[in-house]
Amino acid sequence: MSNEIEAIKDPGLPAHVHRKADTDPAAADRAERQVAILFGISALGTILLIVSYIFIPDDVFIFIPVMGEQNAHQLGLGLGMAISLFFIGMGAIHWAKTLMPDTEVVAQRHEFRSPDSDRKEFVDAVKEGVGAAGLGRRSLIKRSLGAALGLSALSPLLLLRDLGPLPGKELEKTTWKTGTYLVTDPGNRRIKASDLEVGAVAQVLPEIADPEHRKLSDIAKDAVLLIRLRPQEFNLEADRLAMTHDGIIAFSKICSHMGCAVALYEQQTKHLLCPCHQSTFDVTRAAKVIFGPSARPLPQLDITIDGEGYLVARKPFSEPVGPSFWERDSR
Amino acid sequence: MKRLSRYRRHKAAGPFLLVLALMAIGATFSVATAVTAETTQVVDRSAQIEEGRQIFLKGCSSCHGLNAEGALIAPSLIGVGAASVDFQVGTGRMPMADMSTQAMRKKPIYNAEETAALAAYVASLAPGPEIPTESSLNYERDGNTAEGGELFRNNCAMCHNFAGQGGALTQGKYAPTLMGVEPKHIYEAMVTGPQSMPVFSDKTLTPAEKLSIIKWIKFAESEPNLGGASLGRVGPVTEGLLGWVLGLGMLIGVAVWLAMKAK
Repeated sequence: MSNEIEAIKDPGLPAHVHRKADTDPAAADRAERQVAILFGISALGTILLIVSYIFIPDDVFIFIPVMGEQNAHQLGLGLGMAISLFFIGMGAIHWAKTLMPDTEVVAQRHEFRSPDSDRKEFVDAVKEGVGAAGLGRRSLIKRSLGAALGLSALSPLLLLRDLGPLPGKELEKTTWKTGTYLVTDPGNRRIKASDLEVGAVAQVLPEIADPEHRKLSDIAKDAVLLIRLRPQEFNLEADRLAMTHDGIIAFSKICSHMGCAVALYEQQTKHLLCPCHQSTFDVTRAAKVIFGPSARPLPQLDITIDGEGYLVARKPFSEPVGPSFWERDSR
Repeated sequence: MKRLSRYRRHKAAGPFLLVLALMAIGATFSVATAVTAETTQVVDRSAQIEEGRQIFLKGCSSCHGLNAEGALIAPSLIGVGAASVDFQVGTGRMPMADMSTQAMRKKPIYNAEETAALAAYVASLAPGPEIPTESSLNYERDGNTAEGGELFRNNCAMCHNFAGQGGALTQGKYAPTLMGVEPKHIYEAMVTGPQSMPVFSDKTLTPAEKLSIIKWIKFAESEPNLGGASLGRVGPVTEGLLGWVLGLGMLIGVAVWLAMKAK
């Protein structure tokens, strides 16, 4: 008994089957008409496009079942262009499939290597050219050309500098300082602790001298969400509880996963949800991650009130806000 | 009588009598409820509160407790204020149809007068947010669309979508669409924080700013879709679905046709 597997034989090309249009002139005429009809539909599409562009005003709306109210101008343009392009293609394919020759043709591959005579001829031509240009004798030209070419390769490297200055320690710093007032965003009004009812939230930013020209790159790090709970609802360590004020707790709004704005606060469950990847943070437990890809809780801002009852930051953030980065100390 | 009794053993007699009995019970019931629904004009505030209490005892107390003190399945209503009742009952969210994750907007069960009575009763339990008056809701006059848009994107868009179409929250909860909601109810929702929604205090989001938000929502609602099909204005979700299902489906169909040999 042999375990040898018999090699599969090359079945060769299947027998050619003639199409109806190859044998029956009536079928060929029919196919020709079909192709012409397809091209005709395409032409009608172009006319629809032109008519829509010129004659349908752009504030006319028509009702289309399933799709609802649609702008007639845009619908005409889109449909016209789609029909005009699609049916040109369809006609061409139908033409190729039914009428153009479809007999199988065998094209043999030949060797990639050029014949030896061609190769020798090329080498000779290069040698002769180099000799005539005097590249071997005139070394000054050779060296200066090498230097010019080498230096020109530096310029794209130099342009890399425009990718911007390195962030340095910027990612670890925010505008929050000791004594920075919390102000509403937008509005830039200071907030009193008594302004927030239980269950209330407020989007806040640090108070700056020129709020009209707040830099976007600063907002991206400074945004804070203020939430008020009943103080007995907290389940915090003593040091974290000391960072709250009378049930008001403040978290960085920048997700510790990818930096989206975490602000979907569910008042009943006290959960904060990030809309990008569904990381869920439990507000009562210092924004502990209870679901999703985030690895760290949201940084908590230490807040207190000043003499008049306005909310201020007692300390800057104790850790960098937002997602991880290479130099970040991964506490 | 004799003619009737002739049919008493007919095979249809049983079902016929059952239907008759059901109709009789139904008719009695509808007459009885029609009597209780017939409310007299309430002029006196204490009479209105009393009427609200009666409606509360019939319709709400089984979940919220006989004195609105709340229970395991429903929160206390003491101190939620008239605005909260007007929102929850006026949008049909309360009474809930079933104990699902979230009460949804539906046709209101109680009419305006009954809702007002309920609100008066709940407001009498403890002070809370008042129903905004007609004159304080003139958003066309007092609102600013551009400012409203900025406020909306900062305070509302994360849950209710950038075009106010609503969106998903966790575990089956969701932020409902804001399209077609009465300005009064939008205002009340911001003041009272119904269900998952937090409260937006008058000091951090002033009444004028709230009106701006309403004005922006109404502007978004009436804005035509100049760019073609909006696909629900929810962004990449429906666009992607349509692209993958319809677009890719069509491409596959075309590819199959391309590879088919002509007969």
